[in-house]
Amino acid sequence: MTTTIAASQPPSRPAGTLKAQLRRAERLRKWKAFGLVAPLALFLIVVFVMPIGSMLWRSVDNTELESVMPLTTAGLQRWDGTGLPDESTMASFAAELRDSRQGGGLGRIGRRLNYEDTQYRSLLMRTLRGLPASLEGDADWTTTLIEIDEAWGETATWLGIQRAAPPTTDRYLLASVDLERGDTGQIQRIGEGDRLYQAVFQRTLVIAGGVTLICLALGFPLAYLLATLPAKTSNLLMILVLLPFWTSLLVRTAAWIILLQSNGLVNQSLMATGVIDSPLQLVFNRIGVFFAMVHILLPFMVLPLYSVMKGISPSYQRAAVSLGAHPFAAFWQVYVPQTISGIAAGTILVFIMALGYYITPALVGGPADQMVSYYVAYYTNSTNNWGMAAALGSILLVVTLMLYLVYHRLVNRKQMIRH
Amino acid sequence: MPSRKPPGQLPRTAVISGSQVTMPGLAVSAGAQALTVISFGGASGDAMQQAYYGPFQESTGVNLTPGDYNGELSRIRAMVETGNVSWDLVEMESPELVRGCFEGLFEPIDWGRLGLGNELIDSAFDECGVGTFVWSTVLAYDADALDTPPTSWADFWDVEQFPGTRGLRRGAKYTLEFALMADGVPADEVYEVLESPEGVDRAFAKLDEIKEHIQWWEAGAQPPQWLVAGDVVMTSSYNGRIAAAQEEGSNLEIVWNESIYDLDYWAIVAGSEYVDEAYDFIIFASQPENQAAYSSLIPYGPVHPDAIAQLDEEQARRMPTHEENMEGALAVDTAFWVDYGEELEQRFNAWAAR
Repeated sequence: MTTTIAASQPPSRPAGTLKAQLRRAERLRKWKAFGLVAPLALFLIVVFVMPIGSMLWRSVDNTELESVMPLTTAGLQRWDGTGLPDESTMASFAAELRDSRQGGGLGRIGRRLNYEDTQYRSLLMRTLRGLPASLEGDADWTTTLIEIDEAWGETATWLGIQRAAPPTTDRYLLASVDLERGDTGQIQRIGEGDRLYQAVFQRTLVIAGGVTLICLALGFPLAYLLATLPAKTSNLLMILVLLPFWTSLLVRTAAWIILLQSNGLVNQSLMATGVIDSPLQLVFNRIGVFFAMVHILLPFMVLPLYSVMKGISPSYQRAAVSLGAHPFAAFWQVYVPQTISGIAAGTILVFIMALGYYITPALVGGPADQMVSYYVAYYTNSTNNWGMAAALGSILLVVTLMLYLVYHRLVNRKQMIRH
Repeated sequence: MPSRKPPGQLPRTAVISGSQVTMPGLAVSAGAQALTVISFGGASGDAMQQAYYGPFQESTGVNLTPGDYNGELSRIRAMVETGNVSWDLVEMESPELVRGCFEGLFEPIDWGRLGLGNELIDSAFDECGVGTFVWSTVLAYDADALDTPPTSWADFWDVEQFPGTRGLRRGAKYTLEFALMADGVPADEVYEVLESPEGVDRAFAKLDEIKEHIQWWEAGAQPPQWLVAGDVVMTSSYNGRIAAAQEEGSNLEIVWNESIYDLDYWAIVAGSEYVDEAYDFIIFASQPENQAAYSSLIPYGPVHPDAIAQLDEEQARRMPTHEENMEGALAVDTAFWVDYGEELEQRFNAWAAR
């Protein structure tokens, strides 16, 4: 297009205009391309980037107290943490507590303060009931509050509220890796009996990694078979891969429970053939999780591998063998490197999907097999502690991204060596 | 609160001035409103449809849209916070009710307006909820598999006399109470003991004793299924599930001694447009004859003492609220679980994962 326009121009025109025209045409094309991509980009921003951003924000958001009790939080931030807060802070606390009933404010601060200490919710309720409408004579709010409940006369009660006052907090993120802030603000590990999430993250990575490796070990030969068999046979086999793939995840998980339970088909046939005497515990433990997850995720490994293997010409391997290579060496050194992109796509797909698994481990696993998503769902639905859910989710997201980057570099380097 | 009434709908005053249906003790406005009632569905939802929804619609002419959910408070919280309230009346379990009430997600109940006086059992009265039925977590076993029947949680812990795998619900709630009762704590002192850190340690120490014999269940359908399949010799279970299995012909038995009972409540979502209809529905569902109709369909105990008298003897015996069954039973301390639940569940998860 550009050339025809340029050719029709009189030769006397300076070369600069030609360049400008080229630039204009390029720009136009860029805008067109951008226009085509824009709807998708907008869609992604609205339904993907923004919710994730707000989810990440929730993990440090601590504005509950500030939004319901602005004067009290300001007063407490001025307070040096010894003795009791001054009278004006007490007065604004009493006033703001009384107003907090409206619009669910009381619930928000109660929920937040209960994370500091489990006594606050009932303390707030008691105080609210005992709160006089106004003060008579020379009374002051400090003594009134202490009369309602002795807890208000203790520094620790106010320190707890002070800790909950800043607009952002790291408590959820710290708690997600079994850490907390001690009395003086230093970061420390939580009590041994309560430590959980480091183990949960480790477990999540181990299960996802294990499932990925098993899928690769099972999927590679299968994909190789599918890619090398004549189309008629391989299509038939392909249906066997795709049929379970199209079946609902819940149905397949439930089916595994039925197959693997103590008097299920697997145990019964093993006992009938005399391999074992008493039923094996195959479900509600790690074995069951691996069985069910591998079964569900295997197609995600087979399909990318198959598509890559389909495109590899068998003549390379034949050439290697004809030049004297051992068949295995020909396979390992000639064939496998060509499937690297398929392996990469399959493993990363399976691994990342496995990281987020929730229903399958919840149904076929025991308490020691629950992955991070289980706890995210637990905090979102059961306890309404969205800060904790967001923090666990954020850490999982960051871990996934980091692993992905490491993996990406490794795979890329491998491919560079090959070229 | 923004209105969610469809534009074409009449304002409420106009509807009330229209036809009025009078029932004993309550006046109900008839019209094209749709009251959305959300329950837990399943067998209980079917029973509610038969005992409450259908008859209520018939006798009052109020349109009713039933629905179900899994008890998650987050949905209601999101509705109330965004001001987009599409559920009016929800069936709530007690801890979520207390938590939601405190967070302002439900309308406080005006008991004077309900006019139920002191007719219901005590635990049916809540700041934001009206109790509707009592369910129980019991010790259940397969009578065909055991020669001597177990009678208490101490027997559940006795792996020498009753060898085999046991089922318990995966979670701290109920599990810790059962452990303490097995350790000899009387039912009425369980929560006192649990409130101290030593008491919690004591419960976990007791659980350590049988940890390797426990298969943990999460869905209510699992315990009867495992009992029938012979996976476990005894298990904790919801009483309604065992009753359903008994009806299908399994020889399962319930130990009512030291069972833990709890209530489900009706709660009105804050900002609902159909508060009047919701009140009418609650009144309707609290009448003894309707409660009896519900309980005859599914063995969850009515909260109206008169309702039990309307059931035949055999049915009444299966109710957690039957006099004999209440003996030695423990009421869930909702306030305790609201305050300490998160801490204890975390500790339970950490313990169970070891």
